[in-house]
Amino acid sequence: MLAPVDRLRSDRADSPTPGLVEGTEPGAGQKSAIFYHAQSYEDLTTEAEKEAQRATEPDSSEGNDEEEFNALVEEKTPEERLKTNTSPESRTKEEDVSSEEWRSHKKHVFVLSEAGKPIYTRYGTEEALSSTMGVMMALVSFVEAEKNIIRSIHADGCQVVFLTKSPLVLVGVSKTGQSDKELLRELQYIYYQIVSLLTLTQLNHIFQHKQNYDLRRLLAGSEYLTDNLLHRLERDPGLLLSAVTCLPLASSARDVVSSSLQAAKAKNLVFSILLAGDRLVTLVRKKDQFLHHIDLHLVFNLVGSSSSFREGEGWTPICLPKFNTAGFFHAHISYLKPASELCLILVSTDREDFFNMSDCKQRFMERLSKRSAYQAMKDALKCPIYSVAQVGIPELRHFLYKSKSSGLYTSPEFPEVYQSDEEQERLMGLYQDLHSCLHHQTRPLRSFYRCSDMENLLAWVTSGFEVYLCFSPLATKALAVSAVNKLLKWIRKEEDRLFILSPLTY
Amino acid sequence: MALRELKVCLLGDTGVGKSSIVCRFVEDSFDPNINPTIGASFMTKTVQYQNELHKFLIWDTAGQERFRALAPMYYRGSAAAIIVYDITKEESFQTLKNWVKELRQHGPPNIVVAIAGNKCDLLDAREVPEKDAKDYADSIHAIFVETSAKNAININEVFVEISKRIPVAEAAGGTSVKGFKLGRQASESRRACC
Repeated sequence: MLAPVDRLRSDRADSPTPGLVEGTEPGAGQKSAIFYHAQSYEDLTTEAEKEAQRATEPDSSEGNDEEEFNALVEEKTPEERLKTNTSPESRTKEEDVSSEEWRSHKKHVFVLSEAGKPIYTRYGTEEALSSTMGVMMALVSFVEAEKNIIRSIHADGCQVVFLTKSPLVLVGVSKTGQSDKELLRELQYIYYQIVSLLTLTQLNHIFQHKQNYDLRRLLAGSEYLTDNLLHRLERDPGLLLSAVTCLPLASSARDVVSSSLQAAKAKNLVFSILLAGDRLVTLVRKKDQFLHHIDLHLVFNLVGSSSSFREGEGWTPICLPKFNTAGFFHAHISYLKPASELCLILVSTDREDFFNMSDCKQRFMERLSKRSAYQAMKDALKCPIYSVAQVGIPELRHFLYKSKSSGLYTSPEFPEVYQSDEEQERLMGLYQDLHSCLHHQTRPLRSFYRCSDMENLLAWVTSGFEVYLCFSPLATKALAVSAVNKLLKWIRKEEDRLFILSPLTY
Repeated sequence: MALRELKVCLLGDTGVGKSSIVCRFVEDSFDPNINPTIGASFMTKTVQYQNELHKFLIWDTAGQERFRALAPMYYRGSAAAIIVYDITKEESFQTLKNWVKELRQHGPPNIVVAIAGNKCDLLDAREVPEKDAKDYADSIHAIFVETSAKNAININEVFVEISKRIPVAEAAGGTSVKGFKLGRQASESRRACC
């Protein structure tokens, strides 16, 4: 069953070049992708763009309208004209929404219903913001009345981005300088987060029956999931790259874990996912059923945000919106051992399946201990991340490498200079910048080299991979370019350990 | 020694301390910063009662509104239900009354109901007088205790009381839980949560 790994090895170039095509780059899966559509950065944004285009097509005077709105907004919503100074983030919900502190947050996110009722705010309380959200909804409907669609407002170093996903409206107010496209992508994630709790069918049903329903009733107690997702969007390269990272593990050990999981199957079991913190250990899926990386990130967020799965075995409905927005799956979520980081998620289609799933877990555990793979994972968890020094490229501080065909990425630990939270967020901000340049809507770039006092950065995208390298400011462009080849060679050498090369199905 | 499996579910408003009660009972631990339960959580604990072993199969349900429709899946087939309220929140006591009503209408006919007024260590903030709750519990023939998961007050007692009230060893079947289905007929309940 696992034999093809060696045979296929010979088909793969030993010395990869940046010209590699999708499917042969380091980290590319051997048989088939784990994910539904691994290169789907565009998945998130194209949908919204298409809708926006469709809506704007009948009216060609869109540009003028938008300009008018710039003016309008300055009169109408002083709340949104936030000052640009930033203060340390306080995450208290009780924050006064008229205070300077509230205004100075770098990124606000609001969710409201089409009736203008507040559903979520990242900072402050929804009640206190009902008039502000009313204004937001007024803007949206005013433009809609003209058969047009409001996409963004740029004013005073601050961007306001709108995403209408009936029956919800999402608004992002940002001073981070990210592109509209990036902000939309983040709003889209928040939308999917809400759908994953309720399903789109239920959302539609509720608002069809009662337009001014207060959705906070149903979301009460889950706000922290959205809070955490927003935090992840700022910190987790996986969400930026539309990819997932793996726990580095010898391929022999990973194969044992995967096949043990594969053997512990059940009729209604669709996905078995083993996580180590924010890292994927393995994923086994039903034949022909694919998990989208967005859905997987929502699962990561659910498990990572809550300590409640630490006790006993969890059983919860979850909608995987990229799979199907209409219905719930039912997930059995439990840690392998009480204080372990290893969390097993078994996704079933049947809500009565708890004991079957529990039984699958037992069988998986028995196999693991028989083949002593648990110990291998435990050892791997002792050093879940590698140092960039192992790559052996002078002046290289950090990098992100994504294999497009597998939808997996790898990245070393942050070096000394990026140890603080602020520095890590700053570096992620730089990566985000590069990312939006590479994926620019009208002028996409293949590569980008950028120097600054603090660091030099190189980003490169091919049909097979996407790589972002961060060098010390002493590095030269020539060194950076030659480093890409060295890095790819190193990843090729280590790909067994860093990636899941042979994903399994039941 | 005979082993009996007793399915017990915990119901009640969000944040009243259902998970903390279970945690105290099963692991004798308390985490003040516990996250709200998502969906439901399953745990077991076996205790000796007279000359029997009682294995409690505990379903700790989420109190949040969005999981409300799933509750029947958990109280169906239960030998007992522990309905928890927070003595410092009048509203949670009202929610409790709704749960009692729902169990009356849709729950198993012989279900043992226990009412637990949790957070009894926070006397200064009390909103629900003990007497009112006790009178209400008596009126519906329910077990009543005020508990504190934090200070481990009356937690084991709730389960002992349940053991006492469970009808003695019915014929095999009855409360024997091996292989019970989590749910009612699938077709009937499928739509409940969406």
